[in-house]
Amino acid sequence: MSETVTRLVAYWESIASYMPGFLDASWLAFEITLLVIAVSWGCGLLAALGKLSRLRVLRWPATFYVWFIRGTPTLVQVFLFYFGLPQTGLRLSPFVAGVLALGINSGAYVAEIVRGGLAAMPRGQMESALALGMSPALAMRRIILPQVVRMIIPPITNEAASALKNTSLLSTITLVELTLHSQLVIAATYRPFDFYLIAAVLYLLMTTVLTQLAAWFERRFRLDH
Amino acid sequence: MSAPVLRLVDIHKRFGDNEVLRGVSLDVHDGEVIAIIGASGSGKSTLLRCVNLLERPSAGSIVFQGEAVDYRARPGLLGGDRALSALRTRIGMVFQSYNLWPHKTVLENVVEAPIHVRGEARAVAVERAEALLARIGLAEKRHDHPSRLSGGQQQRVAIVRALAMEPKVMLFDEVTSALDPELVGEVLALMASLAAEGMTMLVVTHEMDFAREVSHRAVFIDEGRVVEDGDSDTVIGAPTHPRTRQFLDRVLRRHHAVGASPGILDVAHRARARPDE
Ligand SMILES: Nc1ncnc2c1ncn2[C@@H]1O[C@H](COP(=O)(O)OP(=O)(O)OP(=O)(O)O)[C@@H](O)[C@H]1O
Ligand SMILES: [Mg+2]
Repeated sequence: MSETVTRLVAYWESIASYMPGFLDASWLAFEITLLVIAVSWGCGLLAALGKLSRLRVLRWPATFYVWFIRGTPTLVQVFLFYFGLPQTGLRLSPFVAGVLALGINSGAYVAEIVRGGLAAMPRGQMESALALGMSPALAMRRIILPQVVRMIIPPITNEAASALKNTSLLSTITLVELTLHSQLVIAATYRPFDFYLIAAVLYLLMTTVLTQLAAWFERRFRLDH
Repeated sequence: MSAPVLRLVDIHKRFGDNEVLRGVSLDVHDGEVIAIIGASGSGKSTLLRCVNLLERPSAGSIVFQGEAVDYRARPGLLGGDRALSALRTRIGMVFQSYNLWPHKTVLENVVEAPIHVRGEARAVAVERAEALLARIGLAEKRHDHPSRLSGGQQQRVAIVRALAMEPKVMLFDEVTSALDPELVGEVLALMASLAAEGMTMLVVTHEMDFAREVSHRAVFIDEGRVVEDGDSDTVIGAPTHPRTRQFLDRVLRRHHAVGASPGILDVAHRARARPDE
């Protein structure tokens, strides 16, 4: 009886001793996610507006960007940035290559979400702003986008959660984020079930934080509050 | 008579092969209230939208306050076009579907353009907005969002939002058509009081009582042309053109079938009587 207890305690202690390393790796994944989100919102907004532009020089690159990214595997895009670019003389650290690759990847999906949001806006919203003398850019900034932002919080949150989960792909370019960290620990301990489960729980905690944050924003910025 | 505030000369508008306006000319004088009537699809909205260049005419000229409007100029990359913006700040427009901005409060809706287009100080804009809202009896609603308001209240806020820019001319495009019948009167009353104050107004409407009682002039448009233009009592009361007669017969018959809302005429009469008091 007491032998079992001792064994259990030893088991938990051994797992607990690995926790600081796992928390650091989680934090790194979360940090990368925040940067990826920032890059993706920038790319996504530009691409969405570009696709709607009446200028071909803006529309075509934006259309190509979304088409290319959504039609190719994320992993291949990551490899292009980390392994491919050095061949052209541009050598990026795993961190920078990872943030850029995932940010640009996620941006294409954000662009489609933003475009959907813009398309869902009644035409009268823009027209009433123009009729009062606003420029299209001012109307976009003050009237249209603030409403679109509120409308797209749920799909944007999904996309942010995807971005977070996609950081695990960066384990393939020597970035010791949560997944690669787990692999290294498992290689030393031969306890894949324990440690992949711990990694999964940590990912779950982080995606939950993101969705709860978004739910709060959605409540806070409801259109009529 | 003084020079017209607004002159439309031989305005044409084509959408692809569909020629919607086929040479419309109209002189609008200061303080004039003109009802624009006509069947669905005859081009009334398109005509109003050409005046503030929400639509770009295909041909013809627009002269506003003595200046030719250059509607052929393409706006720049970011749409910055000072002349266009200046024109639109002097011509207010109210739409059938109100088009208030749902993410802003009533007050914010009204002060938005004065602050961000005219560059007014916030305090100045708020003061005028509050006076306007008080005028329409919605001062207490100023911090509410539009979704809290009835259709009639929303439309009156939309009118006030346009008035906050102190426009020279107001365009109304079937502003009561989306309203429940019992809410039509309050909006028409506000328009009638504007008319009584001397606001220059172009009013596209199916409210024949209003067109007859409040407006000085009525213009009947058919298939993109002005078919009849004259004193509103004459055009609506004793039209000469067969198309006008046909149209009015249909509209008035439907009107009587539905049962005219009695309040509207009273309200309009009262408003019209006001300047003589
Ligand atoms: N942006 C557009 N593109 C193509 N066709 C258009 C456009 N706007 C209007 N039209 C067409 O122009 C014609 C006139 O439309 P308009 O809205 O001016 O009519 P209206 O007199 O205001 O009718 P209603 O009483 O139904 O509002 C219609 O046949 C319409 O389909
Ligand atoms: Mg119309």
